[in-house]
Amino acid sequence: MRLVLEKRAEQSVRMAILSPFIALALTVIAGGIIFALRGLNPFEALYVYFIEPLTQDWAREQLIVKAAPLILIGSGLAVCYTANVWNIGAEGQFVIGALLAGMIPVYFPAWQSPDVMVVMLALGIIGGMAWGAIPAFLKIRFSANEILTSLMLVYVAQYLFDWLVRGPWRDPQGFNFPKTVNFAGWQLLPKWGEIHMGALFALIASIVLAVVMWRMLKGFELRVLGSAPRAGRFAGFSSERATLFCFLLSGGLAGLAGASDVMGVSGQLQTPYAPNYGFVAIIVAFLGRLNPIGVIFAGLLLALSYIGGESAQVSLGISDKIAKVFQGILLFFILACDTLILYRIRIESGRAAQTRAAG
Amino acid sequence: MNRGPEYLLEALHVVKVFGTLRANDDVTLKVKPGEIHAFLGENGAGKSTLVKMIYGALQPTSGEFRWMGQPVTIANPAAARKLGIGMVFQHFSLFEALTVAENVALAMPGDFDMAKLSEKIARVSKEYGLPLAPTATVADLSVGERQRIEIVRCLLQEPKLLIMDEPTAVLTPQEADQLFVTLTRLAKEGCAVIYISHRLEEVKRLCHNVTILRHGKVVANVDPARENAASLAKLMVGGDIHVVRGNRKHAAGDVRLKLDRLSLDPDGPFAVELKEISLDVRAGEVVAIAGVAGNGQSEFFDAVSGERILHRDSMLQIDGKPMGRAGVNARRKAGAAFVPEERLGHGAVPAFSLSENVILTRHASDKSLIRSGLVQRGDASGISHRVIKDFDVRKGKPDPEARSLSGGNLQKFVIGRELDRKPGMLVVNQPTWGVDAGASATIRQAIIDLSRQGSAVLVISQDLDEIFEIADRIAVISRGQLSDAYPADKLTAEKTGLLMAGEHEIKEVRHAAGA
Repeated sequence: MRLVLEKRAEQSVRMAILSPFIALALTVIAGGIIFALRGLNPFEALYVYFIEPLTQDWAREQLIVKAAPLILIGSGLAVCYTANVWNIGAEGQFVIGALLAGMIPVYFPAWQSPDVMVVMLALGIIGGMAWGAIPAFLKIRFSANEILTSLMLVYVAQYLFDWLVRGPWRDPQGFNFPKTVNFAGWQLLPKWGEIHMGALFALIASIVLAVVMWRMLKGFELRVLGSAPRAGRFAGFSSERATLFCFLLSGGLAGLAGASDVMGVSGQLQTPYAPNYGFVAIIVAFLGRLNPIGVIFAGLLLALSYIGGESAQVSLGISDKIAKVFQGILLFFILACDTLILYRIRIESGRAAQTRAAG
Repeated sequence: MNRGPEYLLEALHVVKVFGTLRANDDVTLKVKPGEIHAFLGENGAGKSTLVKMIYGALQPTSGEFRWMGQPVTIANPAAARKLGIGMVFQHFSLFEALTVAENVALAMPGDFDMAKLSEKIARVSKEYGLPLAPTATVADLSVGERQRIEIVRCLLQEPKLLIMDEPTAVLTPQEADQLFVTLTRLAKEGCAVIYISHRLEEVKRLCHNVTILRHGKVVANVDPARENAASLAKLMVGGDIHVVRGNRKHAAGDVRLKLDRLSLDPDGPFAVELKEISLDVRAGEVVAIAGVAGNGQSEFFDAVSGERILHRDSMLQIDGKPMGRAGVNARRKAGAAFVPEERLGHGAVPAFSLSENVILTRHASDKSLIRSGLVQRGDASGISHRVIKDFDVRKGKPDPEARSLSGGNLQKFVIGRELDRKPGMLVVNQPTWGVDAGASATIRQAIIDLSRQGSAVLVISQDLDEIFEIADRIAVISRGQLSDAYPADKLTAEKTGLLMAGEHEIKEVRHAAGA
């Protein structure tokens, strides 16, 4: 006996819309089972994880703070994946963005004027773009698989960050903590409560990208190349140019997210610095159906998984690694649901399977 | 010498029906042991269907096969191999990262000893003049050497019948010569060979017996020694081609599309190199390019459309302007329009609506479609409606996805989308491939009408009936070389067949060998 995935003749539109909700429901059920296995009351635990954070003001603000980078990065990735360009290394582009923005307070701590904020944000974008350009170049020039190269560059970025912050960029008055000087004044983003300007960037980015993807020729080009590359070439679109565009766009947005994060939340560079936003944004892009507007909702939901993890740690006394477990389970169920929309499972009997294998 | 049955394989009244198409219609033929038996025919004549049934990949609708005199059902390729039937496909199924021996081992049933197998491969390949190093990695081998692996893989199973599907299509002349030596030797040892080809010279040189198929039927079974290339060509193409329209005034205007020694390197192991193609297409005429599939038609289309850029600007001129290095959209802006062979995935995006597919090819040439980077959906939908109305495209929804249309309706849309622009020059590859008779008639009429309005039309087709119906002049492509273009009423079936078999090819290798 063996299982065979068989392509469905028709794909249900209703199921394609329902898929993220089904995945979410399955994640909650699976989460409940995990809590029960840990000896917790699953209903209470799920309440603490998913509902309680929404009842408190500070947690609602945190939700938006965490959602901002996820939406910024996720909307860029949604564009990439629509065009069949697989940038898996947004985490690296995020880290480099943070690093380049942080360079200014390290070398010019006294620079205080509105310009410095603009320069830092611009450097963040440029850093992310440059880091994203590497896998794009390797793919165009050497046909190197961008999934591998972009992923590997994440680790390069993290070690570069670690070395600089522990070494040359360390705060001389920092009691030997592995961190840079504190940013000050114009080197920090304006805030409303805890919410910093990154949330505004995220909202603008996803709306602009939605317009680009659905109303502009550029978006049309990317959708054609993702859906039927041969037809894209016939339309005169270059897949090389699209690869570069996607990496620069998503890298730039990830870099902006990194700059906003250090300028809006921590106010310094400190290591280890691995908020994982770049990886979680992959889930955000898929959960948002690769639609920049969908990404806004998906980003808020995944932000909840971070906050929920923290409150689960406080109230239930379990590790906040549970957040990663939830994120992983959610991605698993989304991809599984999407696969089942495209394919059906057929069970072949032993004999039929053998003839097929022989044929 | 009368041991065993006289015939190794017999096909008796075999019929294979796909939907409404009778791919094989009452085919009866017999293959003797030790005979090299050619199946000759154009594309769609039914050669592939027939051998697929012999190899067990398809089942006949009716009729039967006999193997050494006994009726057999060949349920699948494994059963065919068990009987002693081996097949070498035109496109190989090899793993490039593995060695020769590993690739052979993958196809062997049961357990095997790698060292013994390697030794056996070396011995068999040497014996049959197919030198192969068992430890070589496939990625490093030439196409000819890769074909040897496939042949050796069959020979190791000691076949009684070997089927070769257009084996020389991918070979250099020297490699082909070596292959013929091997096949002749196999035949001497009693192994029968079914040799599919459309190359008359080869068939004459190599084969003992020729079965000629046309439109799924066996039209002749002849001894190639008693025929010449011309008579074989006539049988293959059929005597029933004649010019349908006698009264077409041939008012050729200025040259609108000029190809001047257009050459293009192959971009893969199975791709064809285009060699020094020259052709003029004038205003008001339809020029057709005939030829058997896989002789460079798709490469030619890519080169003319600009999907692949040429080396020199002068190789392609549109209305006198050199545009060889211009891309597809620049050529469109210069008044050219293109319709590729593959409708879904090339001519149209399957998952996109028809109005979005209008944007696909017209975003550069129609200024109204894109204004300051924004797609004007209303205008696109207006064009889409006009095309749907003018070409009677039948559809279920107001603006359906391209993939939901039937082949004929989508083809009408894809061609109508270009004709709606009133292009000065149109290039169409296989305009009515897989299209029903009604839609075909509409499309052919539209193509002729366009040319009569002063446009230059270039049609690439494998359908000779279609070509003789619509073309004013005809050229033939073979192994990436284009013959001269002959007026359609001056070209006989015999001459066409000879050109399709490569009469006009420059035989550089032969000259070199003679010198």
